[in-house]
Amino acid sequence: MIVGSQKPIEEIIATTCDYKRLLVIGCGACVTVCFAGGERETEALASGLRLAMKHKKIKAEIEVEMNVRQCEWEFIEPLADKVEAADAVLSTACGVGVQFLAERFPEKRILPALNTSFMGGPTEQGVWLENCGGCGNCILASTGGICPIARCAKTMLNGPCGGSQNGKCEVSKDIDCAWQLIYDRLKSQGLLQLMTDYTPPKDWTPARDGGQRKIVREDLKIPND
Amino acid sequence: MTEESNLEKVLKSGKFAVTAELGPPKNGDAKVVREKAKQLKGAADAVNITDCQTAIVRMSSIAAGVIAMEEGIEPVIQMTCRDRNRIAIQSDLLGAWGLGARNLLCLTGDHQKFGNHPQSKNVFDLDSMQLLDLARNLRDAKKFQCGEEIEGEEPRFFIGAAENPFADPFEYRAPRLAKKLAAGAQFIQTQIVYNMDKFTKWMEAVRQLGLDKKIYILPGVTPLKSAGMARYMQKNVPGLDVPDEYIERLKGADDQQKEGINIAVDIINQVRGIEGVAGVHVMAIEWESAVPTIVERAGLR
Repeated sequence: MIVGSQKPIEEIIATTCDYKRLLVIGCGACVTVCFAGGERETEALASGLRLAMKHKKIKAEIEVEMNVRQCEWEFIEPLADKVEAADAVLSTACGVGVQFLAERFPEKRILPALNTSFMGGPTEQGVWLENCGGCGNCILASTGGICPIARCAKTMLNGPCGGSQNGKCEVSKDIDCAWQLIYDRLKSQGLLQLMTDYTPPKDWTPARDGGQRKIVREDLKIPND
Repeated sequence: MTEESNLEKVLKSGKFAVTAELGPPKNGDAKVVREKAKQLKGAADAVNITDCQTAIVRMSSIAAGVIAMEEGIEPVIQMTCRDRNRIAIQSDLLGAWGLGARNLLCLTGDHQKFGNHPQSKNVFDLDSMQLLDLARNLRDAKKFQCGEEIEGEEPRFFIGAAENPFADPFEYRAPRLAKKLAAGAQFIQTQIVYNMDKFTKWMEAVRQLGLDKKIYILPGVTPLKSAGMARYMQKNVPGLDVPDEYIERLKGADDQQKEGINIAVDIINQVRGIEGVAGVHVMAIEWESAVPTIVERAGLR
């Protein structure tokens, strides 16, 4: 899932305090699961903003709406009237949801409440880790199901650098060395040969370096005759 | 083969080689490079010119290398993958060759977190293994990384790499050297050796794979300037394992710098006795003037 966390409240206040009627829209997808922009967090954020505005003696109406998924037009459409009536919209969705709202309502100020961080998952209560770098050409088959693109600080493709120590990355003792993990996994599977084989330079064209990426499925497209 | 590098000739002749290191300044003053070059002249067969080591902005390796050449030093241009993609790397390699550099050290590079611009975006389009393969293909296949033929003169570097025998997973470190050899490395300079037991074990693994016959191995030696520096390295540089014995020796010495040089000479004498060691890489960090004394005392000049 997409994992994010709420921006510092001061930053959110600074971007929203000029608007009299603010609509805060939560998202029921990934950000609900990672406790960043679901109903509970969105209501709490709105309460915090109401208090802050009161404290600043700013008269503002702050309303909350929930949305199944902000990254699909059909779920955004029912909110059109509410959005039109507001001066600005604060979205607690990921960056995708914010952009979908902004595209549907181009004349409206659409503001992000979250910092969208990565694609990953929870490893324990309250902890999320990044797993996928979205490089567009998955190499997990040769790395024991552990991604060095997302998880190695230097995106090494031919084994660990000289900074791997006691299973940790040289960048921080809080970060596991992805290649130590890969080594251990491949060793346990009898596949260490994969780390002896040379991996040539990666073709980054399916990655983000070519501008906005697009997937087209002709089999799913609806003919517009 | 290349044979255009003095370092390569020395190593091929079987003579115990010495490489040193010159850290370019954090400014644009060529005099600093000239001064350091003068101190190192005659003490080493070739001198590494570091490429923004520990991710701190310094005069470029190639530019400082050219200045060092004017002072009669043969440079080993260090090239990291941290700051350049494959386009910039190849462009710089063409330039370095055009300016007369003949040795290249291929490194992944220290993470920018350790330097003075930790907020920067890193590149790492390639890793050190892929950089080795790239440099070899420029020379032997006369081709750019994309496969396009080089029309005209190709860079024909004597190609080196680094290895850290003290990093993990330890059992992978000798196979990793084999991988570097296969990717194009002709010589290897290692991380600084203080932990002789571990280095000896690594060399055993290297010999078991027969690598010492195919690649020139130059263990890294760094003189400890003071007990304080030794303690700092022991605490803060993972895997370096500076033994307490050295710290005690430095603490007990009237002249700590002199004792630091004594220890460096001892280390050189020890690694020299290990089968498969072809030379030493003396890195006197911001202490280039110590190198001539060390190599002379070790009987290498």
